[in-house]
Amino acid sequence: MNLTLYVWRQAGPGEPGAMKRYDVPDVSPDMSFLEMLDVLNERLLERGEEPIAFDHDCREGICGSCGMVINGRPHGPQRKTTACQLHMRHFRDGDSIYVEPWRAAAFPVIKDLVVDRSAFDRIIEAGGYISVNAGAAPEANVIPVPKDDAEAAFDAAACIGCGACVAACPNGAAQLFTAAKITHLGLMPQGQAERQRRVVKMVAQMEDEAFGSCTNHRECEAVCPKGIAITTIARMNRDYLKARLFGKG
Amino acid sequence: MVLDARIPSGPIEKKWDRARFELKLVSPANKRRFNVIIVGTGLAGASAAATLAELGYNVKTFCFQDSPRRAHSIAAQGGINAAKNYRNDGDSIFRLFYDTVKGGDFRSREANVYRLAQVSVEIIDQCVAQGVPFAREYGGLLDNRSFGGAQVSRTFYARGQTGQQLLLGAYQAMARQVEAGKVQVFPRTEMLDLVVVDGRARGVVVRDLVSGEVSSHAGDAVVLATGGYGNAYYLSTNAKGSNVTAAWRAHRRGACFANPCFTQIHPTCIPVTGHYQSKLTLMSESLRNDGRIWVPKTKGDKRPPNEIPEEERDYYLERRYPSFGNLVPRDVASRNAKAVCDEGRGVGPTGLGVYLDFADAIARLGRETIAERYGNLFEMYEKITGEDPYRVPMRIYPAVHYTMGGLWVDYNLMTTIPGLYAIGECNFSDHGANRLGASALMQGLADGYFILPYTIGDYLAQHLGERVTTDHPAFAQVESEVRERYHKLLNASGKRSVDSFHRELGLLLWDHCGMERSQKSLETALAKIPELRQEYHDNVKVLGSAESLNQSLEKAGRVADFFELAELMCIDALERRESCGAHFRIESQTPEGEAKRDDERYSYVAAWQRKEDGDGWTAHKEPLEFEYVQLTQRSYK
Ligand SMILES: Cc1cc2nc3c(=O)[nH]c(=O)nc-3n(C[C@H](O)[C@H](O)[C@H](O)COP(=O)(O)OP(=O)(O)OC[C@H]3O[C@@H](n4cnc5c(N)ncnc54)[C@H](O)[C@@H]3O)c2cc1C
Ligand code: FES
Repeated sequence: MNLTLYVWRQAGPGEPGAMKRYDVPDVSPDMSFLEMLDVLNERLLERGEEPIAFDHDCREGICGSCGMVINGRPHGPQRKTTACQLHMRHFRDGDSIYVEPWRAAAFPVIKDLVVDRSAFDRIIEAGGYISVNAGAAPEANVIPVPKDDAEAAFDAAACIGCGACVAACPNGAAQLFTAAKITHLGLMPQGQAERQRRVVKMVAQMEDEAFGSCTNHRECEAVCPKGIAITTIARMNRDYLKARLFGKG
Repeated sequence: MVLDARIPSGPIEKKWDRARFELKLVSPANKRRFNVIIVGTGLAGASAAATLAELGYNVKTFCFQDSPRRAHSIAAQGGINAAKNYRNDGDSIFRLFYDTVKGGDFRSREANVYRLAQVSVEIIDQCVAQGVPFAREYGGLLDNRSFGGAQVSRTFYARGQTGQQLLLGAYQAMARQVEAGKVQVFPRTEMLDLVVVDGRARGVVVRDLVSGEVSSHAGDAVVLATGGYGNAYYLSTNAKGSNVTAAWRAHRRGACFANPCFTQIHPTCIPVTGHYQSKLTLMSESLRNDGRIWVPKTKGDKRPPNEIPEEERDYYLERRYPSFGNLVPRDVASRNAKAVCDEGRGVGPTGLGVYLDFADAIARLGRETIAERYGNLFEMYEKITGEDPYRVPMRIYPAVHYTMGGLWVDYNLMTTIPGLYAIGECNFSDHGANRLGASALMQGLADGYFILPYTIGDYLAQHLGERVTTDHPAFAQVESEVRERYHKLLNASGKRSVDSFHRELGLLLWDHCGMERSQKSLETALAKIPELRQEYHDNVKVLGSAESLNQSLEKAGRVADFFELAELMCIDALERRESCGAHFRIESQTPEGEAKRDDERYSYVAAWQRKEDGDGWTAHKEPLEFEYVQLTQRSYK
């Protein structure tokens, strides 16, 4: 296949950036999207142009490193598929493809398609855990967890922290990410002791970062490569309200 | 140098207890006076960082990804072993110990493996308390499955994402300590060298991958948790960034590297499709529970699989190993796949593939059951290949997966440089010549949560108040060496990309030091590697500058170190003139073509020390003694 790519190039943080056009001939339909970028990068290098910077590591859809907006949609056209798992057979010969970094106030661009997502780590640090020191844990089967609860907790815990939800949201909100962790821990019996504290602290941190607020566009759910459901946000809001009204937060 | 493994005396089940009693303690008030540097935030590094901080030490952690949560451990699928015996099916600490020593083909230390089996049960308790959503039964208790040919069900799992959930547990425990002010995290920061002062590890030199700034960090001890070196082969199931640089730089500063030739090739991966291939994807080994592996009986049979009648198919594992069939261990399955492909009976466009067929299982159990068991794997396979495994057999081929070799460590996980520790996949300790499924996660977390936090205190207690700061001239010296290495790579101004060299090196290793090795293949590789390395340094092309985010430069530094490691891998493989586990020397096989160990001559750990002048290595041997497990030749017939 022969493709035309328009890729966001930006030399560094705070520098001006622009879309740049590249003709990419001889693309195999079996390539992944990132492999197609690898091939383009090799060709750029040959011509003496600096390769396009993008984050990636596992290339299996699990580490959450990769992330780019492809034709206006975070991670591209395939549902529940990260950019690294997207294959070129989903494009057609002659297509033009637009590739941009996550666009969100809380995720400043570092270079080309690479952004700074450290705000996510700070939200987890604020309370996204269960406090238990190594060595202090009771025997594992002392706490039975109903299978359905464990499954539902898992559905939320599957979040890979890629940031597509923020990139898709017109407000650049981080509700889905934050709610996923709150839901995961809040559904487990082990997570009850800190449930109120956790939601209050994590939401406060989220609000301290440059994320926008949620106005129920549901774009986040539509693009989430792991299918995290928007019902987690309702749950977070309920927990938050409860903690605020009745709790010590 | 004399290698002292410092194995405690006494009966095996009492050794760890004895060690914990004999190891010196650091008083609670003194713990906060120590700074520990941990490089790597995978299962091993994150669990160690959290635990040391809980104990009161000050910890700095480093990783090259943009968040510690993205370490390669995140990709582990199958599960984690523990001798809980919840199934009442005859498991015990001794059995897990025995299976691991045997699975490693008797090339690991009994005392270490026994301890691993002992702490395995505590790991599960810890992870459950952290909220890891393990699979459950309807009664709410933990579910187990049998994995990797084990005869008991001792594998705990969280769908096909066990590594992700365990890593998030450890990452969250570490995040809690960040909030508490005890852990400082440096993401997008790569360790490029180790600083040794008066023979002791005193700090690291790192590069900020965003600004390009090179800087130093001093500490009272340094822990490497930087993962395996499978990417020396270029194509592997490892994440793209996985590399050997931290371990290799420590090796160059005096840490012995043990058993570098022990590399595991996993039998069930999606085959290579083209020259652009950037990595290989693992298909969980559990698929072999229901899938049948076959190739056509005749060479060059290009018919589509469904048109090849039953009697013209060769289910070669079932034929050769009637009792284990498709469930033979990884090394055996991999070698057999290679053999049939080498005969010209491989399938798919490249001829490097074998079928993993579910037709019989679907007929027997129904599509629904198969979907329940393997649905997400089938989906992943279809995403990558565009083929539907419910209708067409999967195609699989072996790929580099895990490295048993690594930095040599004693029982306390300390390398041959005092004050430098290695944990997780980057040490050599527990898996001998072949790792069993679901044992790497167990080892990483054992090291980080339960072993290192005790053993490191013993060293620190002896060095209270002996502070070194980055003002020591050794730091400036190492920094300038690091900068010089980078500038050399940038100034080579050659013609070839880093990747093109890395691919060539990888192929060379795969062909000559892969699933099979021979004196001839290894000597060929040892002649070619230095040539290619020289060409690399003369003719590599890296654009951009060292003063900003430069992914080509990052790769260039890592590949330079892979070149040096590759040579040592081949030397080690050449010197070990026996077959054991994943190391198959074609000169050493039984009449049936199985691996033949030579316990008389090779029952040792090979620990390589780099010569001071950089010209070659000195071999040290740590003899392995087996008191509790009887040495047998593995047989799966
Ligand atoms: C696809 C796949 C599936 C697997 N499935 C299983 C399974 O089911 N069960 C099982 O037991 N095992 C499994 N394994 C093996 C297991 O996942 C790994 O052995 C294990 O996770 C390694 O953990 P680690 O903490 O040692 O290192 P890693 O998780 O590899 O972490 C390495 C860390 O070091 C950092 N680092 C590396 N170099 C540097 C440097 N120079 N400077 C700074 N930081 C650096 C990285 O950023 C990272 O944080 C699997 C492996 C693969 C590839
Ligand atoms: S590279 Fe890991 S999710 Fe895409």
